Amino acid sequence: MSDFVARRPIWSLIIILAVAILVWLVFSIWTPGMEASFGRKRVFLSALFNGITLGALYFLVASGFTLIFGLMRNVNLAHGSLYLFGGYVGYSVGEWTGSWLVALLVAFLLVALVGILMQVLLFRWMEGQDLRQTLVTIGLSIIFADLLLWGYGGDTFQVTAPDWLSGPVTLPFAVALRSNGEAVMMTYPLVRIAILIGAIVVGVLMWLALNRTRVGMLVRAGVDDRDMLSATGVRVQLIFVMVFAFGAGLAGLAGVVGGTFQSLQPGEDTRILLSSLVVVIVGGMGSIPGAAVGALIVGLAEQFGSVYMPTYAVMLTFVIMVAVLAIRPEGLAARR
Amino acid sequence: MAMAGLDIEQRARPRESFGEWLARRGTAFWVVGALLLAMPAIASPFWLVQIIAYALILGMIALSLMFLAGYGGIVSLVQMTVAGLAGYLVAILGGSAITQISLNWPWWAAVPVAVLIATLFGTLSGALSVRTEGIYTIMITLAIASAFYYLTLQNYTIFNGFSGFNGILPPVFLSVDWGQGIPFYYLTLGCAVLAYGAVIYVSRAPFGLALQGTRDNPRRMAALGFDVVAHRIAAYTFASLIAASAGVLLVWYQRQISPGTAGVGPVVDMLIIAVVGGLSRPIGPFIGALVYVLLRTFALDVLEGIGLDGRRYQLLIGLGFLVIVLFSPDGLIGIWQRLRERYRRGDDARNTQMGSGGGTP
Repeated sequence: MSDFVARRPIWSLIIILAVAILVWLVFSIWTPGMEASFGRKRVFLSALFNGITLGALYFLVASGFTLIFGLMRNVNLAHGSLYLFGGYVGYSVGEWTGSWLVALLVAFLLVALVGILMQVLLFRWMEGQDLRQTLVTIGLSIIFADLLLWGYGGDTFQVTAPDWLSGPVTLPFAVALRSNGEAVMMTYPLVRIAILIGAIVVGVLMWLALNRTRVGMLVRAGVDDRDMLSATGVRVQLIFVMVFAFGAGLAGLAGVVGGTFQSLQPGEDTRILLSSLVVVIVGGMGSIPGAAVGALIVGLAEQFGSVYMPTYAVMLTFVIMVAVLAIRPEGLAARR
Repeated sequence: MAMAGLDIEQRARPRESFGEWLARRGTAFWVVGALLLAMPAIASPFWLVQIIAYALILGMIALSLMFLAGYGGIVSLVQMTVAGLAGYLVAILGGSAITQISLNWPWWAAVPVAVLIATLFGTLSGALSVRTEGIYTIMITLAIASAFYYLTLQNYTIFNGFSGFNGILPPVFLSVDWGQGIPFYYLTLGCAVLAYGAVIYVSRAPFGLALQGTRDNPRRMAALGFDVVAHRIAAYTFASLIAASAGVLLVWYQRQISPGTAGVGPVVDMLIIAVVGGLSRPIGPFIGALVYVLLRTFALDVLEGIGLDGRRYQLLIGLGFLVIVLFSPDGLIGIWQRLRERYRRGDDARNTQMGSGGGTP
C-alpha cells in the first residue's frame, strides 16, 4: 500500500480525494441545491449500495473465473453456465430441504464436482492448447444451457431467503430531514448486506489461503511458472483439479446468492459470464485483488449508469473497459 | 505449421497468371463452380435463398473470422458485430419502415458509408484488442460484441431498441429488383466469390505472408523489421471489410434487423461455423455455414422424425461442435483431408506392392 503511494503520488491523492468526497456525500445531509443537481439522496445511496452488493456478487463469480484462468490459462466460457446450474440446484435443494445454507453448500459441492469432471475428462488432455480449451468450453456452455432449459424450462425462479435474513435493516445514514428536524434513516434489505459481508469474508479467506498456506504457495507458484513447479516434483495435476473445483464451486455458490437477490432464468448465464469477463479485463487477468477492484467498479458503474443515464448504462461499463485497455492493457491490478 | 511450409513453396514458384492458376484447379473446383452457377435451374426458390444464399452470407462473415484466425492467429468474435453494425447503418441511413429514424438516403450512398463506418469500427476494435495477445483477444472481442448488443437493445434514439428496424428493401438497380430470388442469389454468390478470391489473393500477397509470419513467430518478425501490431490491425481492417459487406447482404436478406441479429448467440455461432468448417482454408467457413444452416432448418424435423424432442437441436449443435473440436481440430476440412490421404496412401501401398511383384516398372 505505502509502496503504491510512493510510486504514484498523484493517483493516490486523486483516490484519497474521491473516497473523501464519497464519504462526505454518504454522511452529510444534502442541501436542496445538491438534490436539484444529483437527484434525491435516497436514490444516490441505494444506487451506491446496490452497486457495492452487485459488485460482491460479481466478485464471487469472477474470482473463480480469474483463478482458473490465472493458473491454467483456460478461459472458461462455461463459467456462466456453472453459475446458472448452481442457482438452479440451490433453488431445488432449498425448496426440498427448506434450508438456505444447505442449498448453498450442496450447490457449491455439486458444481465443484462438475468442475472436477470437466478438468479430469476434458481439459487435462489438452493442456497448453489455449484456443482448443476455450472452444471446448463454448461447446459445453451451449450444451449446459440447453440441458438447463430442458430441466427447468424458461420460467423465472427465485431462491427463497431464510427468515433470519429477510426484511430491511436500518443503516446509520440519514437520507433526509423531516420538517421537525428529525433525520430519516436509510433502510436496506438485510440479505444484500449479508451477501456483501459474505463476499468480503470469502475474499479475505481466499487471500489468506493463497498467501499464508502451503497449497496457496503452490498455486501462486503455478500461476508464475507451472513447468518449473512440476519440475520440482509437485503434482501439478492435483492442484489444477483442486483449483478448478474451487473456482467452479464458487460459481455455483454465487448462483445461489444471485438467485436469492436477483432471479434465475435462461440467458442469465451469458449475462453473468459477460460481466465477469469485463470484471476480469478491468481488474487484471488472474489476480484476485484485481477481481475485487474490477467487480466493485463494474457493479457501481452498472447501478449508477442505470440510475443516472438509463439508455447508455451499458456504454458506461464499456467505456471503462476501453479506457482500462487503452491505458493499462494488462488490467488495473496486474503486477506487470 | 504445415501451411507455412506450403506457402513458402508457393512463394518460390514463379508468378503465374490467372489463367494458369485456373488451369491448375482440380475437378472439385469446376464441379462446385458449375453447380453454384446452375443452382437456380436445379433448386427451388426456398433452397436457393433460404439455404444457399443464407449459407453464403454467413460463410462470408465466418470467412472474415477464418482470415484473422487462420492467417493471423487472432480469434476475433467481433466480426458478427461488424456485420450487424453495417446492417444497422443500412437501415438507419437508407430506408426502412421506421420512418422517424431512417434517413432515406439512396442505396448507393447508404451502403458505402455503412461499410466504411463498420470497417472503421472493426479496425478500432482490432486496435483495442491487439494490445493484448493470444487468448485475451477472445475475451475482449466478446466483451465488445456484447456491449454492442446491449447498446442496441437499450438505445431507442438511434438503434430503436428491442424491436429494431423492419421493412428494409434491397435496391432496384439497372432495372433489376435485387430482392427477387434469382438476382439476390447471384448477387450473394458474386460477393462471396469476390470475398473468397480476395482472401486467397491476400493470403499469398506479401502482406498475407507477413501476417502468417506474425502468427507463427511474432518476435522473429519484429526482429526482421515488420511492425507486428500494424499488420494485425490491417488484418482486422481487411476482415472487417468482408464482414461489413456480408452484413449489408444479411440485412437485405432478412429485410429487418434487431439486437438479436448481432446478439451473443450469433456472435458465438460465427466462431462455431468457422471452427466446424475448418480454420485452415478459406473454403472451410462456407462448408461450416452450409452445415449450420441445414442443421438449423431441418434439425427440428429430423429429430422429431426419429422420435426425439425437436426443441433439442441446440443440444445437437453443441454436441456436434464439441465432437469436432475434440476429435478434428481442423474441422470438416481436416476430416476430408485425412480421409483423402488415407485413400491415397492405400492406393500408393497397392501400387508399390504391384510394382515389387511385377519387377521394375
